[in-house]
Amino acid sequence: MTMHPILAALRKHKAGVVLISLQIALTLAIVCNAVFIIGQRVERVNRPTGLDENDLFLVTQQWVGAPSGDDPAGVEKLDVMQREDLAALRNLPDVASVAPSNSVPLLNSSWTGSLSLKPADTLGKGNPRTAYYFTDEQAMTTLGLHLVAGRAFNAGDVQHQGARDQRDRPVVIVTQALADKLFPQGNAVGKVIYSDGSAAPSTIIGVVARLQIPSTGSFGNDFAWYSTLVPTRLDASFARYVVRAKPGRRDAAMHAVPAALYAVNPMRVLDDDESVKSFADIRASAYRADVGMAILMGVVCLILLCVTAAGIVGLTSFWVGQRHRQIGVRRALGARKIDILHYFQIENLLIAGGGVVLGVLLAVGLNTWLMTHYEMTRIPLLYVVTGVLAMLAIGQAAVFVPARRASNVPPVEATRAA
Amino acid sequence: MFTYYLDLALRSLRRNKALTALMVLAIALGIGASMTTLTVLHVLSGDPLPGKSAQLYYPQVDPQDIKGMLPNKEPPDQVTLIDGLNLLHAGRADHQALMSGGSVPVQPEQSSLDPFYVEARYTTADFFAMFDAPFLYGHNWTDAEGEAKAREVVIAKSLNDKLFAGANSVGRTLRMAGTSFRVVGVLDSWQPNPHFYDLNTGSYAYGEQVFLPLQTMLELRLDRNGSTDCWGNGGGGVGSILPSDSCVWLQFWTQLDSPAKAAAYKEFLVHYSQDQKALGRFQRAPNVRLRSVMQWLDYQMVVPDDVRLQNGLAFGFLLVCLVNTVGLMLAKFMRRAAELGVRRALGASRRALFAQLLIESGVVGLVGGIGGLLLAMFGLWLVRQRPSDYAVLAHLDLSMLFTTFVLAVCATLLAGLLPAWRACQIAPALQLKSN
Repeated sequence: MTMHPILAALRKHKAGVVLISLQIALTLAIVCNAVFIIGQRVERVNRPTGLDENDLFLVTQQWVGAPSGDDPAGVEKLDVMQREDLAALRNLPDVASVAPSNSVPLLNSSWTGSLSLKPADTLGKGNPRTAYYFTDEQAMTTLGLHLVAGRAFNAGDVQHQGARDQRDRPVVIVTQALADKLFPQGNAVGKVIYSDGSAAPSTIIGVVARLQIPSTGSFGNDFAWYSTLVPTRLDASFARYVVRAKPGRRDAAMHAVPAALYAVNPMRVLDDDESVKSFADIRASAYRADVGMAILMGVVCLILLCVTAAGIVGLTSFWVGQRHRQIGVRRALGARKIDILHYFQIENLLIAGGGVVLGVLLAVGLNTWLMTHYEMTRIPLLYVVTGVLAMLAIGQAAVFVPARRASNVPPVEATRAA
Repeated sequence: MFTYYLDLALRSLRRNKALTALMVLAIALGIGASMTTLTVLHVLSGDPLPGKSAQLYYPQVDPQDIKGMLPNKEPPDQVTLIDGLNLLHAGRADHQALMSGGSVPVQPEQSSLDPFYVEARYTTADFFAMFDAPFLYGHNWTDAEGEAKAREVVIAKSLNDKLFAGANSVGRTLRMAGTSFRVVGVLDSWQPNPHFYDLNTGSYAYGEQVFLPLQTMLELRLDRNGSTDCWGNGGGGVGSILPSDSCVWLQFWTQLDSPAKAAAYKEFLVHYSQDQKALGRFQRAPNVRLRSVMQWLDYQMVVPDDVRLQNGLAFGFLLVCLVNTVGLMLAKFMRRAAELGVRRALGASRRALFAQLLIESGVVGLVGGIGGLLLAMFGLWLVRQRPSDYAVLAHLDLSMLFTTFVLAVCATLLAGLLPAWRACQIAPALQLKSN
């Protein structure tokens, strides 16, 4: 079949052709970028924290009328209270292990600082930022971290300090990502680093494969995997305990926690919803906005594609109706049904082809604009190519029904008045 | 004539039911989506204290050490305790208050209630007058009482309802953090959105339940929430411990009644920084800012990026829906060339045909607008089910309701303009002949 009659017919409907191409172009531009955003969110939500998240939960509690941690006596008293709590939790039948910690990944409550290879150095000049986890010798088993080099903390490493005190940190464990950043040539174990501009050295005694920092906001994007574990219990009027339940016993263990803690000391605030929280809930609330955004974008894309498809169906139906007589003439002159079907399919392919060319330009333009105004990266070619193919496929699917109707126009139409 | 055209429009729309439904649905979806997101954006970027916010300014000074200094870098978002007290005692503004946020345990007298934590604002006395906080009962503590570390508290209406069954509780005792406080005032419902005076504790739908004198908090070492930024070897302080003087953790707000006063105050901040540098406390050259409430909210980028992104997406969606409608209407009008040709031949002017076709597209716009409004209400209901902190605020107000209709009708009339104009170009003779 020659293109000439198709092009000639399209010239008769310039405005309609331009509009439907424009609609396809806009749809392609919006859908490409929206799907790209969805992809980024899904990737973010699915990144592993490095923890073994099953059977894990967090207890956050606050003592009422506890001593202030200002003076050494108060710190000692708080430490005794914390150790009593830890012992009580470790004795629960459904609990496998417990570690105190100032935070956990995805909790968005963090203590951050910077690490350096030189003493009394400050942030900047390429020194990496890090988030600290102050915990004890049970951290590795409780969090389910994977040690790749060196050794875990033992009971002898563990110190305690008032939350405001600046105590030296003789030993630390860092993540693989942080070790690679500090010591690109490898072998971080046994090396010495300095934290937060301190002059006191900290020796890296172990490296864990992966451990995300608590912050999920954009503030933490640069150092999401740069965590440092410090074997120190922090003593303040509130405390957090990470608890690993025995396999499958998480809910039972969570249920037993408040009673056990109240039995140790009733002067505390523990409310059921927030104070005892499973890690699954922490993960869900950390990424709730991302999941919501992805769903919303997905729904809008779907409706957008439906509207565009419906627009193609509507417009083509009109053209078929308008050209009834011409179709009849062509059929009478010997065109087969399939020729008529192909005519409309090729016509749609031409229109959609023009639309996607413009759409690709718009998609890249929109992406560039988004990059300057939001945290966004360059859209990968794959998204654009997939979008183009999808648009062309949707065009063909949408045109099929009216085109089939056109091919069923009997040759006798040629003899009838329009 | 109008009713006749309306009748014609309805007849024509009835003739192609599927197509009409498609156009109406597309307009309704586009309008519904864009009005939902626009309403959320409108609510989130609103003025927290209309009529007052233009006189409220947030001074920033730069007490950081010389390390890590960059040219044109913004000063810290909060003030240190010492700078806050200095600026407060200087008293150069019409009103000024130094404040921070936290939470305190309330130990109710009724044994039926367990102890619970409430959000607290620790502030100096001018807070209430400056922010126009309305009192239901009583009044705030005075400056002198604040300086004397009075055990006095102003409580929110919701807490008054919970503890005192809504009665006038002025003079009653409230036990918090192991200390007895005397209730001196009860605020009426008051919750500025965004929570502009301290964005660290949550930007939206956040309200304190108790207000205590700052000096009392400093003495009792009550728990703080919010952000603490330190430099050098400053300790941030956790729990009951106060941050050091190389940490910013308080907000200082001023009311300056005229632009001239604001300019003078900025000048004062520069002098203050110079004095502090001469004293050796500040190391950097004066680096001050004085932003009004709306400038501050803008600078803090308080409207979430996702909300703006959703709004952009929705308007892109509306644009596609409109292009769709233009295309369909064009096809529809051109299809009726013969009918229009007859009307022209019978003496109808181009202007009359144009009016008739515009009324037809206007009807589509109106019906689409009503549909869009219903969809927007449904959309906002969905938004309210979301757990984000601003969700509860998503309600359609009168101005947005009006905007919806104007947007729908204007959009569709605009969409009808090109097709109607094209259809009016038909030469009547040609149409009659070809049949």
